[in-house]
Amino acid sequence: MTALGKDLIGLEYLSAEQIELILDTAEPFKEVSERPIKKVPALRGKTIVNLFFEASTRTRISFEFAEKRLSADTVNVAAQGSSVQKGETLVDTARNLEAMRIDMVVIRHQSSGAAQFLAQRIRSNVINAGDGKHEHPTQGLLDLLTLRDRFGRIRGLKVAIVGDVLHSRVARSNIWGLLKLGAEVAVCGPATLLPRKIEELGVTVLPRVEDAIQWADALNVLRLQLERMQAGFIPSLREYNRVFGVTTERLARAPKDLVILHPGPMNRGVEIDSDVADGPHSVILPQVTNGVAVRMAVLYLLAGGSPDWAQAAGRGEER
Amino acid sequence: MNGILIRGGRVIDPSRGFDEIADLYLLDGKVEAVGRNFGTPPDAMVLDATGQVVAPGLIDLHVHLREPGQEELETVATGAMAAAAGGFSAVCAMPNTDPVCDNQGVVGFVKAQAQRAGKARVYPIGAISLGQKGQQLAEFGELVGAGAVAVSDDGKPVASSHLMRTALEYARTFGIPVADHCEEPTLAEGGVMHEGIVSTRLGLKGIPAAAEEIMVARDILLAQLTGGHVHLCHISTRGSVELIRRAKEQGIRVTAEACPHHFTLTHEACEGYDTNAKMNPPLREPEDREAIRQALTDGTIDVIATDHAPHHYDAKEREFDDAPNGIVGLETALGLAITELVETGLLDLPGLVARMSTVPARIFGLPGGTLAVGAPADVVVFDPALEWVVRPEQFYSKSRNTPFRGRRLVGRATVTVVRGQVVFQRGC
Repeated sequence: MTALGKDLIGLEYLSAEQIELILDTAEPFKEVSERPIKKVPALRGKTIVNLFFEASTRTRISFEFAEKRLSADTVNVAAQGSSVQKGETLVDTARNLEAMRIDMVVIRHQSSGAAQFLAQRIRSNVINAGDGKHEHPTQGLLDLLTLRDRFGRIRGLKVAIVGDVLHSRVARSNIWGLLKLGAEVAVCGPATLLPRKIEELGVTVLPRVEDAIQWADALNVLRLQLERMQAGFIPSLREYNRVFGVTTERLARAPKDLVILHPGPMNRGVEIDSDVADGPHSVILPQVTNGVAVRMAVLYLLAGGSPDWAQAAGRGEER
Repeated sequence: MNGILIRGGRVIDPSRGFDEIADLYLLDGKVEAVGRNFGTPPDAMVLDATGQVVAPGLIDLHVHLREPGQEELETVATGAMAAAAGGFSAVCAMPNTDPVCDNQGVVGFVKAQAQRAGKARVYPIGAISLGQKGQQLAEFGELVGAGAVAVSDDGKPVASSHLMRTALEYARTFGIPVADHCEEPTLAEGGVMHEGIVSTRLGLKGIPAAAEEIMVARDILLAQLTGGHVHLCHISTRGSVELIRRAKEQGIRVTAEACPHHFTLTHEACEGYDTNAKMNPPLREPEDREAIRQALTDGTIDVIATDHAPHHYDAKEREFDDAPNGIVGLETALGLAITELVETGLLDLPGLVARMSTVPARIFGLPGGTLAVGAPADVVVFDPALEWVVRPEQFYSKSRNTPFRGRRLVGRATVTVVRGQVVFQRGC
């Protein structure tokens, strides 16, 4: 069994030490992406399937780059729509893939629990690339890495997660990761978009975005899914921006400069104003860069690599 | 026909407040005698019940037998056999079959299948609305004429308050209860488990307790308005218990049932996305479970019913969002009730027999629930101290979907007699 176990399902199930191991392992992999020849042989001969039941551009491409830069052989399966509608069950899909002797599955699925379901039923390593409203652990990890880059630490940081927490797997992974590493976490958004009893996870609920801006060192601004308006959670996008939008005017009243994160894709002018997203305190693009390094670290560790080797891989040149 | 002498057991008959070591003699499908030292009648089959309880056969007011329509999950025959193995001499079959039991033809078919099986009695429950569509009243008169004992759209809530009102009014003509699955559909929509800390953590859409309680409150008000008898199915929340308690204090004609899973498990059972813990109403919070237990002690909740809901293992072997609701319950109900309620001191054995036999018979107006001389010879013999482990692969039910696999229980039926015939006897 590897340092992370067989699978990466969520940050809820990792220890602080395991999370730190991933972040530390990601450091040397950052450099790999800066080379002219962006490739190390760490996963040569490994076969990885990217099984995406839900549309994704950024996460899928990020995983694919991570896999290719580690020299793995990859196949993308875009199985849109639920397995039920497709006629084949998730477990059958997975067993068929496994019968082709693969090593890892990266799964994105619209149902919470799908990654764990798969992990319990196949021998391959399973990496959760987002399951329903449950977790998106590699997003949580890249957010942690980005915060650590910026502040030099996680412990003691005050991070406010702003927006549609109810439907957000990014929020849950961030909450678990930040709390385990000793940060203080607040969630902020309309009460219609905050899950029941969220405070029992150990976070503070701040009802107004102004309060979050006063309190926090960093804001993680969640994407507002446009269909939430039709579903009646908010009256209009315009009102959402007026009441909960992260705007230059609001940030100007903050006691300090806040670091701004966003998991993307952004709705400019809804949850975040363009001048904030493009401003000097935004780390939105560094997040994306770190995403590749974190995913390389996860793949590498799950394949049985040791952190020391990661250092070696980071230094060594592909010949 | 030869008689059956059940000798030396603790005979518990809550209908008469009887609780003594006694012999029970059954003859010609009826209780012939209860007492001691009346000897062994010639040609009688003798069953030794020493150390065991002899009680009127258990009656389950809420099962899904899937026939007609989904015979791969359960049939009337396999369900009636599972019932007998669980100590039930009679079950009431919900109408959400295919076709829906909304006409006398289906009622008659279910009864005929039950007769052919010759195990536990099966009393069909007719639909409230045609096709359970929630619009037009079904023909209660014809349903009752064919043998239905109640009406319900169970599986689906009665969303229209007008329909519920007319059902309660019209049912009075026939003296039958209207059983409702209490769920406000717009609040519950898309929900797959209880809304609370566990659903928040798992990222699953929750069903708030209020979704049930709103409909419990509505049904109580409509029962008051109409004078009809409303029977509230599978109550799961502490708020519902409080509403029912107050309604009963006001003398409103409301009865209620609770399921073993709701007095045994909480929403924590959904951890790990265990689809065998997915049911509707969902498993709730520890405070809700405690309220259900107390309500069974004090009688606010009248009866224990299983909501036996067979599903194929494939159907549960999938994403939590897509798995069907429900678990099988007939073969674990008695053991769970004894383990969770009797062993804990919440109910004594007569109280348990009342909640699982005498009271169900009374509120649905069914034969049985008593061992009075002349009563139907429907009897269960159970060992209240027998320890056993739930092994779903040994179930008589066609389905295996239970969250209780591997659980140690105390108390199990050993003999079930229906109409004076031994329909189940556990091999030693």
